[in-house]
This record gives sequence, C-alpha cells and structure tokens, in this order.
Amino acid sequence: MSERKGWRNDGYAKVTGRSRYADDMKFHNMLHAVPVYSDHVHAYIIKIDVSKAEQSEGVIRVITYKDVPGENRFGQIHKDYYMFAEDRIRGNGDVVALIVAKTREEAIEAIGKVTVEVEQLPLLLDPEEALKSDSILIHEEKKTNIVTHHKVRRGSVEEGFKNSDIILEREYKTQLIEHSYMEPESSVCIPRHDGVMEVFGSMQHPFSTRRFVATLLGKELSEVEVKGTPTGGGFGGKDDTAAIVCARTALAAMLTKHPVKMTYKREWSIKESYKRHPYKLNYKMGLDKSGKIKAVECRFLADAGNYTSVTPWVLWRSTVQCCGPYKVDNVKCDALGVHTNNIFTGAMRGFGSPQVNFAIESLIEEAAEMVGLSPMEIRKRNMVMQGDETITGQILENHTVNLSNVFEKVQTEIGFEEKLKKCSHGKSDTDELYGIGIAISYRGMSLGAEGKDYCSAIINAQPDGSVLLEAGVHENGQGLESAMLLILAEQLGIKKERIRYQCSSTSTIPDGGTTVASRGTIMGGGAITKAADNFKKLIAETLFETLDCTKEDFVFENDGVSISATGTFYTFEEIIQMMFSNKTYPYAFGLFQGPEVSWDEEVGKGNAYFTWVYGCQAVELTVDKVKGKVKLLNAVAAHDVGKAINEEMLLGQFYGGMVMGMGYALREEVKTKDGKVRSTNFHKYHLTRAKDVPDMKAIIVESVDPLSPSGAKGVGEPTNEIMAPAIANAIYNATGKRYYKLPIKIEL
Amino acid sequence: MKTTINGKEILLREEILEKNLLEFIREDLDLTGTKKGCEIEVCGACTILINNEAVTSCRKLVKDVVGKSVMTIEGFENEDGALHPLQQAFIDCGAIQCGYCTPGMVLTGHALLFKNNNPTREEIKEAITPVICRCTGYQQIVDAIENTAKFY
Ligand code: FES
Ligand code: FES
Repeated sequence: MSERKGWRNDGYAKVTGRSRYADDMKFHNMLHAVPVYSDHVHAYIIKIDVSKAEQSEGVIRVITYKDVPGENRFGQIHKDYYMFAEDRIRGNGDVVALIVAKTREEAIEAIGKVTVEVEQLPLLLDPEEALKSDSILIHEEKKTNIVTHHKVRRGSVEEGFKNSDIILEREYKTQLIEHSYMEPESSVCIPRHDGVMEVFGSMQHPFSTRRFVATLLGKELSEVEVKGTPTGGGFGGKDDTAAIVCARTALAAMLTKHPVKMTYKREWSIKESYKRHPYKLNYKMGLDKSGKIKAVECRFLADAGNYTSVTPWVLWRSTVQCCGPYKVDNVKCDALGVHTNNIFTGAMRGFGSPQVNFAIESLIEEAAEMVGLSPMEIRKRNMVMQGDETITGQILENHTVNLSNVFEKVQTEIGFEEKLKKCSHGKSDTDELYGIGIAISYRGMSLGAEGKDYCSAIINAQPDGSVLLEAGVHENGQGLESAMLLILAEQLGIKKERIRYQCSSTSTIPDGGTTVASRGTIMGGGAITKAADNFKKLIAETLFETLDCTKEDFVFENDGVSISATGTFYTFEEIIQMMFSNKTYPYAFGLFQGPEVSWDEEVGKGNAYFTWVYGCQAVELTVDKVKGKVKLLNAVAAHDVGKAINEEMLLGQFYGGMVMGMGYALREEVKTKDGKVRSTNFHKYHLTRAKDVPDMKAIIVESVDPLSPSGAKGVGEPTNEIMAPAIANAIYNATGKRYYKLPIKIEL
Repeated sequence: MKTTINGKEILLREEILEKNLLEFIREDLDLTGTKKGCEIEVCGACTILINNEAVTSCRKLVKDVVGKSVMTIEGFENEDGALHPLQQAFIDCGAIQCGYCTPGMVLTGHALLFKNNNPTREEIKEAITPVICRCTGYQQIVDAIENTAKFY
C-alpha cells in the first residue's frame, strides 16, 4: 500500500496503544507514591514533620531519609546526590519525603501536610560567584565548588597569537534546557517473595537504575531485577533522575511490602530532573592572512547545579571538541563545571557538544569575514582531512574522514553558494530578510576515554528454529531493538521474523553500559556481530563431520546454510535440529570491547575516541523585519552513519535531532527565578511544534569503518549538535547582526 | 446517562460524572493507550475523538461526553485487529519512535483526513500542531498522514 518500508518490532504495539509503559501497569493491592519538595532552595533542615501527613486519609506511610536502610547518597561519578534530603536543602528540586497512599489522589492530598522547618542559607546562583574563594560551598566536604576542570595544552598559544594577523575575542552563552521526553518519570516496583525487588520503569538504562536501587535499599545487585519497560523518550534525560525515582519507589515497596507505583506529574519532572548545562564560553582565536587558524584559547564555565551527575564527562567532551573539526596547532582550553543552587545538569543528547559547536561555528564565520573568505573557503582551509591530527594529538587514520564529503553534499543539495549571494544582510524591499547558514562538526563516538566501553549479546536459538536475542543495551524509543534484530538477521543470513528481542532484564545479561553517547547501535551491534561469529563457528565445529565437509564450507545465507563444497542447502530449522541432535545448544555469547583509547588529564592529550563521525547541516530562513519572527524555510543534513541499518529509523534520528536543534536555537529555555524553576510545564516551556518545522532533507552518508564490527555508527547526537549554529549563521546573513546567546531573540 | 466508547455503549453512574475524563478512560476503563503528558491541555498526548473531532481529554469531565461518541486509540483498528491504513502508514513511514505521542497523533491525523481528504503538507502540520512529538521532528508523521489521504 505504501512504498515506504519502515519496520520496527514494537510498531504494532505502539500504533495501537497496546505498548505498556510503566504508568499503564497495574498490580493487585498496588499503592501509590508521590514526592514531597520543600519550598526552599538553600537551607539547613531543622525538622521535617510528617505527622499530619501520616494521619491524612488513605496514607499508608511517609518516608524520609531516616527510613533508608542502605546508602542515601549516590551518584555515577561522585556520590553527592541525596535521594532524600537530610540536613540540608541544596536546590528547589530536592525531595524531602515520599508519601505512600492507597490512591494517587490521596497521596497528592497529603503533600501539603508535610512541613519542613529550616534555617535559610544564602543562595549561590551565579557560576562565576561559585569560583570565588569566599563563596559559600554547596558541598562543604569537597572544599570547593569546582566539580571538574579539564584542560588542553597544545603547542604555545602565545606563539600562535604572535603569528596571527587577526585575533578575535568573543563570548557566547547557552541556556538551560529540558529534555522534554513526552513520558514523565514513572516506576512500578514489586517486592517478590524470594526477596528480590522487581523494578519496572521509564529509564535510560536498567543497569544504572539497578545500582541506584540496590544502593538505597542496601541490597545486593542480584537482589534487584530491573526489567525493560517501554520508555517514552529519554534524550539522555532518563539516567540519574529516572533511576532515583525507581529507587524511591522500590524503597516504598520494600517498606510497605506492596507493589508501589510512582508516576510524576510534569511539574515535578521539570522541577526535579537534571537538564542540559548552560555554558558561558570565552574564545580567543588567531588566524593568519590566508585564513589558517593559528591559535585558539578558550574557557568554558558550565553550571552543574547542586549535584555532580555526569558533569565531568560532559565537560570532557566539550574539551576534546573545543576547536570544532579544525586543525589547530596551538590550543589552550580550560573547561570548568561548578556547583550552584540551580537545578543540576547532566547528560543530554549532544553531551557537551551543542554548546561548543554553537560558539565555534559562529566564530569561524566571523573570522572568515574578517579575513575576506567565504564560509565555505575558511572551513575547507582548516577542516580535518584523512590522516590529520586532532587537537588532542589523535591521528584520524583508521576510518574514513569524510567531513569534506558531507560538507559538499549539503552545499550541493541546498544550493548554498548561489543562495548565499541572495542573503539580505539587513536590507530588503519587503518585510522579510532572507538568510542561509551552514555548520559542520565531528564527533567522537561512544564514551571515549570517559568510560569503560564494552557490551555483550546473547543468541539463543530454539528447537523450532526461532531465535531469542538479547543485548546489553536498552531501547529508549529510538528503535534500538529493531536495529539489533536487523543486524543479527543480516549476520546470520536469516529472516528477521525468526528473531524475537528478549525483553531485557538486568538478571539475565551482563551490564552493557548505558545507552548514551550514541553508543547503542555501535556497541550493541558490535556485541551481536561478535555473538553471531561465535554462533556460526559453533555450528560449523559441531556439524562439519555430520555433513561431511570442512568447517570452512559453511555459508550462512538465504535463511539456512549452504555447504560450498557440495552445494547442498539446509534450512535454518534443519541446522538447528542437527545441533540439538548433537546435544549442543545453538547458543552463543558475544562480547565487544571498544578499541583502546587514551587520555592524559594534565595536558589533554590522547586518542580520545576510538572512531569519529562527521556531519553538516544547513538551513534557510526569513526574519520578519517588523515582528522579529524567524521562519525556517528549508533544512538539509548530511551525516556519516557508517552503515545504514534501518533507513526510516535513521531518517527519524536525523529529523528529530534537527528539530530539537531548532528549538535550542530559537525557543527553548528553562526560566528560573531565585533558583526556582518558572517554566513549570509546556505552556511556559516552548517546544518546537509541527507548524514551526520546514520540510527537511536528510542525506545518509555511508562509510566503511573496521572499528565497528557491524559497520554501524551512532547518529542520535550528531544530528542534534549543529542546527543552532547553522541557524545563527543564517540569521546573521539575513539581518547582518550576530547573536551570541541562545535562544536567539531577534532585536530589531 | 450514557456515552459510547469505541462503539460500546456505557452507562454512567451519577457519581462518575464529575470525574476527570482522562482518569476515567485510563483507570476505570483501562484504556491506557490514551497518554498523559502535561494534564493542562498543551501537549496532546491525551487526545481522543469525540464525535470525530480530535480533542484533549485531560481537563474534561465524564459529563462532557454524555450522549456523545468517543473513540480512543484502542477503538481505531479494525475489529479483527488489522491495522487501519493510517496506523500502517505510521509504521511504514518511520513515524514512530518512543510511541508516546503516537495515539494522539494517529487520532489527530484521522480527524483531519475525515474532514479533508486532500490536505496540503501545511494543513497537516497545522492540524497536528496541538500534539507535541519530541522524537521524530514530525516529518515522517506528516508523510504518513499525507500518504493515507487516498484511503479517505
Ligand atoms: S495530557 Fe492532555 S494535553 Fe497534555
Ligand atoms: S515518538 Fe516520542 S514523542 Fe513522538
């Protein structure tokens, strides 16, 4: 009926409303929990009084830090997050208690009956203030508000600036933004009779959740089973907070010995969940007359808010990618993240790159104008090519460096050169100013030297020839399970219909690391490819005598096996039955270990990521001279994806990333006042809607990468990291005015 | 008092009339395909059809649908479970990611096509603007609705 061939294993469930998200689950005798916040932002807690709440209709129990049997403090890097506030409130989203009641309405009713007596502390809201030696400390035991400080020291910037003909100094600011996954946090926990706590929930990563739950409950990891549940969007935002929501729910279930559900209202979600870091970026760039960049000095100051989360990792990526995809011999970079009383910040799609790309891709165009080059020419003269060295000393040689390729493709598709000549630069006869803009980036894949990168997969063929597949990565809504199925089908030469993705559980497969850093496909796919290799080897080794051939004769194709020497074909069912007749399970485990990476923290040098991807986006727009309204007319993106696994899903990653980038550029901002979030729901937090979006064009660029066993690379984040600078550049070309702050508000 | 939900007539007791309609649909009828995203009528996740108009349900009361015909996503496919062409198009066009907006999007698309079986892309975008999708960037959703117009 349609020429389009999109497919996903959960397509039917999702399009019929059958998919069961956490809040859709019900269990016998299930209780409901809700969080209680204080009214404060920074204060010592003198007393939390729950006695009135306990008397409230339907309330079964009110839980505070005193009820925590395990560790109340946890975190992925620093254990500085209090799952229940103890002696101090550090931010307005801190949770002081949990109310458990028979119904959710009764629980909500009791929220106002908890009183918190406090002694106010001065507010620390400005990151620059946080650096001062006399600043109040958010976490006294750390003796500093600095969460992280990464550096790059390459060559000599002094020399570089001395050899420059032109020097620019600019300051950029980016805003606090909210992930805005459409499904708010939710969890259902069931205390099982064998002492295991069963956890369902909306989350980024079941293993991360398991660590939070086990820590709070004081249980062993094996006593917590986190089960894969459909997740209504994450974008990096369902790690810490979502895991903490699960942990608190599990505590309620443990203490009441009942199944407990906790589903967040949007207001709670926005108040409590971590956000994307706002940055202040100061750049100094020197270039010679030919437009060659001679030196870059930069300083980033990120507001980490009241807890660490993954701030050190986010800032690290900013550091490694601080010069954009350009060759620079002299670099000095200092990237700092500091504590304040603002809402904490952590992982979000892009992970430290959207901020930096906005700055560097704006700056490079200003530099171009000063040296008299076009935006195309200045990039060509400085961008990394095959075999070049990154600013951290990594030689880009083991994969295809196709930055110039994606750059060319986008220009051709959109007709960049011609349209650039038509830009208004602030002058036009009508009410509309026209502009076109472009931006490029490169991106290190997966975690890089930030973390240990490995993942496993299990192939378990059944006697009837059907196959169960499981991988240590988690579906976040992006279609990861479907991609994994397709990779396996291709590797084994079998129909995808044979394969079922095993609903994942932390108790059946080893921890595969979190679904962040666009690593799901590359790491999970790598593990599946390894498992498939082992699976095929096992079959050949087991059956070569039975089939009277050599181990090398097995060709897995056409939904079965051809024996190359004899030309005989066996169906997959026949092969699997022979395996069982040989008392051998057609079962294989695969482990993919990310290739070696390295990092020297002192000078910021090393092979930061095992492989890289390249992207380019361009956009056309008009600016209304009277109203200042920006209208997007067209957008084109080209990204290197390694190998395309599922085209429609890949396109969805492109469009979704681009549109999220449009919001970042033009409208999204979590507004706060005195440390309290003012953008409490989507009437005050403006997301991009269908009518704001132009028709877009996505160009999938494939390349061979021996470092990715399945050939696939990540695309979720690259598509989200350069739309803002492309828009900023287009606005400049339309209005003749540069904007240094996101979101861009046109001033006429 | 009665209402029709997904083709079935339901008798409404007096005490239920003041209940929130979305709660009634999700909790009492266990039709959990209707989602909850904001509860203040700005995200569209809770969209249902009332007399073939796409409307949000999170701020309505049960009494608002007395004597009316309501359809939720569960009532949208054929009785034998076969997908409606619009649902199939959502799958074919890659219009689904996390799926949280999908029920509201499908019903909104249907309400549009029911009234206008030859909409422009701009008209489609306008029609689905009340429903937020954070994942897909809307393009494939517009494609799916556009590709299905011929079935109406
Ligand atoms: S839940 Fe009703 S519009 Fe958002
Ligand atoms: S598919 Fe996730 S919100 Fe639309």
